[in-house]
Amino acid sequence: MAHLTAAPLLELKNISKTFNGSASWRGRSSNAVQAVDQATLALYPGETLGLVGETGSGKSTLGRIALRLIEPSSGSVMFEGQDITHLSPRLLREKRQRMQMVFQDPYGSLDPRMSVDKLVSEPLVVHNVEYAQRQEKMHAALEQVGLDPALAHRYPHEFSGGQRQRIGIARAMVLDPAFLVLDEPVSALDVSIQAQVLNLLHEIQIRTGVSYLFIAHDLSVVRHISHRVAVMYLGRIVEIGTRDAIYNRPKHPYTVSLLSAVPIPDPVLERARKRIPLIGEIGSANNTPSGCRFHPRCPRAHEVAQQKNIAIQKLGATDIPVLCATQDPALVGSDTEQACACHFPHETF
Amino acid sequence: MSHPSKVLLDIQQLSVAVSGTQSTIPLVHNVSLQINSGETLAVVGESGSGKTLTFLAALGIAPAGVKVTSGEVLFEGDDLTKLNPNALRSKRGTAISMVFQDPLSALNPVFSIGTQIIEVLRAHLPLTKAQARARAIELLERVHIPDPHRRIDDYPHQFSGGMRQRALIAMAIALEPRVLIADEPTTALDVTVQAQVLELLSQLREETGMALVLITHDLGLVARHADRVAVFYAGRIVEQASVQALFHEPRHPYTVSLFRTIPRLDSPTNIALTPIVGQPPNLAKLPAGCPFAPRCYLAKSDCGSIQTKLIDTTNHEHLSACQHWSEVHQEF
Repeated sequence: MAHLTAAPLLELKNISKTFNGSASWRGRSSNAVQAVDQATLALYPGETLGLVGETGSGKSTLGRIALRLIEPSSGSVMFEGQDITHLSPRLLREKRQRMQMVFQDPYGSLDPRMSVDKLVSEPLVVHNVEYAQRQEKMHAALEQVGLDPALAHRYPHEFSGGQRQRIGIARAMVLDPAFLVLDEPVSALDVSIQAQVLNLLHEIQIRTGVSYLFIAHDLSVVRHISHRVAVMYLGRIVEIGTRDAIYNRPKHPYTVSLLSAVPIPDPVLERARKRIPLIGEIGSANNTPSGCRFHPRCPRAHEVAQQKNIAIQKLGATDIPVLCATQDPALVGSDTEQACACHFPHETF
Repeated sequence: MSHPSKVLLDIQQLSVAVSGTQSTIPLVHNVSLQINSGETLAVVGESGSGKTLTFLAALGIAPAGVKVTSGEVLFEGDDLTKLNPNALRSKRGTAISMVFQDPLSALNPVFSIGTQIIEVLRAHLPLTKAQARARAIELLERVHIPDPHRRIDDYPHQFSGGMRQRALIAMAIALEPRVLIADEPTTALDVTVQAQVLELLSQLREETGMALVLITHDLGLVARHADRVAVFYAGRIVEQASVQALFHEPRHPYTVSLFRTIPRLDSPTNIALTPIVGQPPNLAKLPAGCPFAPRCYLAKSDCGSIQTKLIDTTNHEHLSACQHWSEVHQEF
């Protein structure tokens, strides 16, 4: 279980990342894309933090910044109490033993020409582990993920999707890291296999105390595996809190809408549920809206604008509060309980 | 459901196989399915279960090397498996059409959305270019593309994922088909967009009385949108029932296992998921007897030998291929 009172294992402070549209072939530079905008996040030892949001919300970029696979434009990355934002490549490589990643696609992320023993011991070679220890560690890692070490001479194509994902996890765990970024680790798998991998990840965490940053778009899966959950919208964390707070008492209208869109597998319950649809499509990260970045799509803004004593302004044909259109809301509250970036976090409708 | 239902598409004992170098591998085995006008039939199963292939083969668009080995596909008095390619082509689109999973690869990137819809219309209907364009704009409006007069000239890359899928739906309904087959139509989309696309499909079904076949692995979507459900495993139907009966009184252990293996938004937390043991079946080496027996929590000594067949467990069409179905619901 998570130890939210201990010192954080990983801290992302005011991280921003702008991808500068490089000069295009016509000699013009395209618009810069603000993929992550002032995101702050802490991950504690032994916990799973789920990171959710729509395509284009910046969740994968933030996950890669946490490992410094992508350099942040501003902000700092603290790992085990040390600022690693400007660490030299040599020192960073040492740190990387403690932080690893599991990718979405178990077909694309394993070199088809390397046998399983080579794949799983490659990180050990990179980090100069002695040959004598490599075999032992490789076997232990395979056993940990439920693969028979006798199959270690085989190649990835001889394994099913679920088994390949286990190889990917063994590769990440072989150095005994403290922190794993899991980017959509089960979304390419069939449901019966998905459960095997989720249970495996849970067992590994209990056994080793590793922390997970679990990036996924499936909100039911995230609820199942996470201790805490962060919700991203257009590069910003708009709500963060404990699993139960986010799923049972969501405060941000974006979280409310996301949860209302997830169908429950029960025809009677599901047909009685009400969707709270978002307005339009996800905004573009190269043209972030003024004020609250969610206001053009916010169903709550329209509700609030109907109340008395609220200064309103026009957005197209409808009214929205001036506050929403002009002021960027800060994340208010405790990130280990519940924090929300909304001007009207308690309004229900 | 409000329309008087009649059988539109009648798949009878369809078997499909792929010929390999040494042997033929059966991919779909003795599948019978009736699709009624105005209903939504959900077809559920994991990858390789034959749920998509059944319909591709029925429409004569299965990949090369995949052949219908027996059975018939009846549509308005014709057996589609016996029609010549030209006659079949005229049925596709006008009578039965299909929406695929990945909206980006299903659209041609070098033609505008409008050009691609107009092409569908003019291939089947005697329309002038201007008439077809006007009809295409109407169709885009119908699938809720904002500002269709302007967006019709956009290229696929200028559309978001949800808009591309809606453009494909516009193409699929362009010729007012009586059966629309949607193959994992929202798997590539975000959950909020998924909800919009499925509401759209349900709305179109209600307006036109067409039948909707929803091929999916998402039991939540099935619960919300389907009237009836067929569950596929190893190329055959293992259970078929109304959506209420299937969810509240499942009568095949595979269906029960599927429910236990998925995390739900409303389930108590901290409950371990129960994965289905073993691996999905290898269709080239299916076990004798029930194909699910090696992974079944209820398997008995006779399951490995007795040939399974779908039996009606009630008098209102709740079909199960499990001979021990009467013990299944107690397990749930």
